Amino acid sequence: MDALNSLLDGFAVALTFTNIALMFAGVILGVIIGVLPGLGGANGVAILLPLTFSMAQTPGGQTSAIILLSCIYWGALFGGAITSILFNIPGEPWSVATTFDGYPLAQKGRAGAALTAAFTSSFFGAAVGVIVITFLSPIVAEFALEFGPPEFFAVYMLTFCAFIGMGKEPPFKTIVSMMLGFALAAVGSDTVTGTLRMTFGTATLLTGFDFLVAVIGLFGIGEILMTLEEGLEFRGASAKLNLKVVLETWKELPKYWLTSLRGAAIGCFMGIVPGGATPASFMSYGVARRMSKDGDKFGEGMVEGVVAPETAAHAAGTSALLPMLTLGVPGSPTAAVLLGGLLIWGLEPGPLLFVEQKDFVWGLIASMYLGNIAGLIVVLTCVPLFAAILRIPFSVIAPIIIVICAIGAYTVHNTTFDVYMMVVFGVVGYAFKKLAYPLAPLVLAIVLGDRAEASFRQAMLVSHGDMSIFFSNKLVGGLTGLALFLLFWPLISWLIRRLR
Amino acid sequence: MKISAVFKHVLSMAAVAAFAAVAVPAQAWEPTKTVEFIVPAGSGGGADQMARAIQGIIVKHNLMKEAMVVINKSGGAGAEGFLDVKSAKGDPHKIIITLSNMFTTPLATGVPFNWRDLTPVKMMALDEFVLWVNAETPYKTAMEYVDAVKKAGAGKMNMGGTGSKQEDQIITAAIEQKTGAKFTYIPFKGGGTVAVQLVGKHIDSSVNNPIEAVAHWRGGKLRPLCVFDTQRMPYKDKMTSTMSWNDIPTCKEAGLDVNYLMLRGIFMPGGVSQDQVDYYVNVLRKVRETPEWTALMNKGAFNQTSLEGKEFADWVAAAEAEHIALMKAAGFMAGGK
Amino acid sequence: MSEANNQRAALSDKTAEMAVAGFTFALGAIAVYDSWRIGARWVGDGPQTGYFPFYVGLIICIASAVNFIQALLMSKEKNGVFVEVGQLKLVLSVLVPTSVYVVLVALFGIYVPSIVYIAFFMLWLGKYPWWKAALVSVGTSVFFYCVFEIWFKVPLPKGPVEALLGLD
Repeated sequence: MDALNSLLDGFAVALTFTNIALMFAGVILGVIIGVLPGLGGANGVAILLPLTFSMAQTPGGQTSAIILLSCIYWGALFGGAITSILFNIPGEPWSVATTFDGYPLAQKGRAGAALTAAFTSSFFGAAVGVIVITFLSPIVAEFALEFGPPEFFAVYMLTFCAFIGMGKEPPFKTIVSMMLGFALAAVGSDTVTGTLRMTFGTATLLTGFDFLVAVIGLFGIGEILMTLEEGLEFRGASAKLNLKVVLETWKELPKYWLTSLRGAAIGCFMGIVPGGATPASFMSYGVARRMSKDGDKFGEGMVEGVVAPETAAHAAGTSALLPMLTLGVPGSPTAAVLLGGLLIWGLEPGPLLFVEQKDFVWGLIASMYLGNIAGLIVVLTCVPLFAAILRIPFSVIAPIIIVICAIGAYTVHNTTFDVYMMVVFGVVGYAFKKLAYPLAPLVLAIVLGDRAEASFRQAMLVSHGDMSIFFSNKLVGGLTGLALFLLFWPLISWLIRRLR
Repeated sequence: MKISAVFKHVLSMAAVAAFAAVAVPAQAWEPTKTVEFIVPAGSGGGADQMARAIQGIIVKHNLMKEAMVVINKSGGAGAEGFLDVKSAKGDPHKIIITLSNMFTTPLATGVPFNWRDLTPVKMMALDEFVLWVNAETPYKTAMEYVDAVKKAGAGKMNMGGTGSKQEDQIITAAIEQKTGAKFTYIPFKGGGTVAVQLVGKHIDSSVNNPIEAVAHWRGGKLRPLCVFDTQRMPYKDKMTSTMSWNDIPTCKEAGLDVNYLMLRGIFMPGGVSQDQVDYYVNVLRKVRETPEWTALMNKGAFNQTSLEGKEFADWVAAAEAEHIALMKAAGFMAGGK
Repeated sequence: MSEANNQRAALSDKTAEMAVAGFTFALGAIAVYDSWRIGARWVGDGPQTGYFPFYVGLIICIASAVNFIQALLMSKEKNGVFVEVGQLKLVLSVLVPTSVYVVLVALFGIYVPSIVYIAFFMLWLGKYPWWKAALVSVGTSVFFYCVFEIWFKVPLPKGPVEALLGLD
């Protein structure tokens, strides 16, 4: 129980009055950062890094600084769900899947329930992630090394196949939507050869279409336009505004224990690989929809549809810190900045970290446990406050939301071109939604498109164009097989029913 | 309250800094607003790490009155960042850290940009490249490895590297030209990923910068074969139980005559005044004098050559000519130029 | 304008379907064209740069064509109302100011157009008294200025007005 002892030491260091105060301050700051799309977690952490330098010069200040930083990270993770649920605008990429059921719930007047479910699941997911880091880190670090190009491609394909089933939408529209996502993902420079694709000599297209711009436009602006048709107000204003809603939702949540566990497992796997929190949330949502007996009702406002992606996103976000610490490869831009900060503190990521810098690492892990709890307390007490935002009259809140969206779109690459694109995507989102083109496949394709293509082509370079590389060992073969199984699941289940 | 103590501390530091500022001779020009520090590469890479370290040092030692923010503009193999600075002609509140993509990106993609669109400020250091293999492989010297590559047959062994038609692939092409060995080059997004792929044996070798692979070397997972420089690295502290950076032979000693160093330099947009350039030169000189900078140099085993002014511009011009020659020889030029 | 007139169809489903299918077809065609230019074949060591975008574009074109034909063959009974005149007016009443707003952002930075935009929205659509509109719009911009420029040092676009006030 060496790990446990080290952890207890970590707690002892972290639990002082100042540190607890900093924890709450960090979480609140993080939530603000998560809510405003223009202030990605990366930005927030980057700006506060300098502040922590001066803190670290006081005795014991180094631990305080790490606590502050990681709590901002937690706060930002929690904050992303808020705007997804209230306005259909994901504050962070990994909360896109939360909009699918969270926003319909809010429209039904159950914003409080959706928020509570999201926060509680986030907490659960993150807690599982931290426990995995605490007890399984040596095994897990080895596992991440197994992943080369073909394995990564198989993971992306698995995400896709888990999420895309034949939905209710017309098949050709689903295809158009998904392929448009891939086409948009391809714009810009090709990672494998460096050639510029579909930029037509313009500098603005060099960077390609960022996922966040597309999402802000398609979901956020598109949704405001949809809402407008029915008059100048948001639905769901009748949300309950007291803390009882938290307790009521908690009574409902144990029903979804299986979904939570699955979400946490998917999240930990994707975090360790590291496939990332965004694919994890999509995969978990897709799997939950298939496995749940209420699968048909997903998308209409199911609490389960909020639980699945949030648990996975946070389990992934948390467990992704492990490869970052042991391999030095950050899983997200926010993690990269956090890593940059820790490097300046003298942290040396690598296989020797757990041997040479024990105190530092265990202090960090202890702060993860505590920060997560602090985060849950902060966001849950604020549930009524967040839900009350829906009561602000439409003609006041709508322009403010659009301004926030514009800032969010601008800050992705610091160009006004992206702000124009946001409006274009808004109109496209409006038209697509009215004509039953599904938007989710488009978004997923933008997220995974270029990564999947890059790993596929890297794998092809390794194998000299031989496709059998995707079945060349147990791991990649298993992943590819599972992906194909999920892809053809409708056909297989039909066959099984016929045979019976 | 402890927090207020922290703030007091910040205040007292600021007071000390203000006093120090009075002590140094008055400067002709100073930033009047936040300075943007552009990184034409993704977060977590070598250039990004150095930029963030410089930012951290400046804040910690109060070397600038106005704030500095690091902004990653990695699109189009860095073209996004360079075009941004190019279009900010005359703006003294913007600086950029460069890597070899300053030369390679316009050559390989035809993006309209040349380093002459910028104003050279200061070379901070040069980054070394080391030939790495997995520690479990039997190769002890560079030539043993090259011979194994030849023996395996053309394209059978994989060299991993960062990006396409950039420094890593140029070095690979140079090795191929010198020895006749033939690799399959596999591009990845960042140097950290390349090192991990090598540890996981998904590739056979890499030419990672020291800082990208040092942790795995110390952990006994990777083995350095030679460094692509004319002299050995000067750092003599033991990194593993038996070896220091200085114990790694140069590739030339090892019989593989390939040299390559990567510029880590700071530039400003074109059309800025000499006063403005001098201001940043001065700040960066002070950065180089801090213990944190020395620590960074040690950790990453950098070549600590540093140039300013005309010498720097001349160096860059020579490096450009060298890159054109290398890129031509490797057939990496855009549009068959 | 009469109630009946507001419920008249501004655009039928059929026209909308055909327009969107045409739009996606055009996007697919662009992808096909540019990918073919940079090489879209499968060579010895795997696919070329344009290989995937080429087929992605091709699939978009084919699926769009199917959607277009389906729309063309749509029976009269199924051809519903895509958007009513009244609805379209509401949508445009937000879309047009928003489009103007983003163009203004490029010219005057984010803060001043945001004041104008929020105030316009509140006065015109919300029928608020001018002082409330002024308070909210200026307050929001000042708040964002503090958050982004001062606290988090995220530079947002600024224009001549900020330069005049010395706030850039």
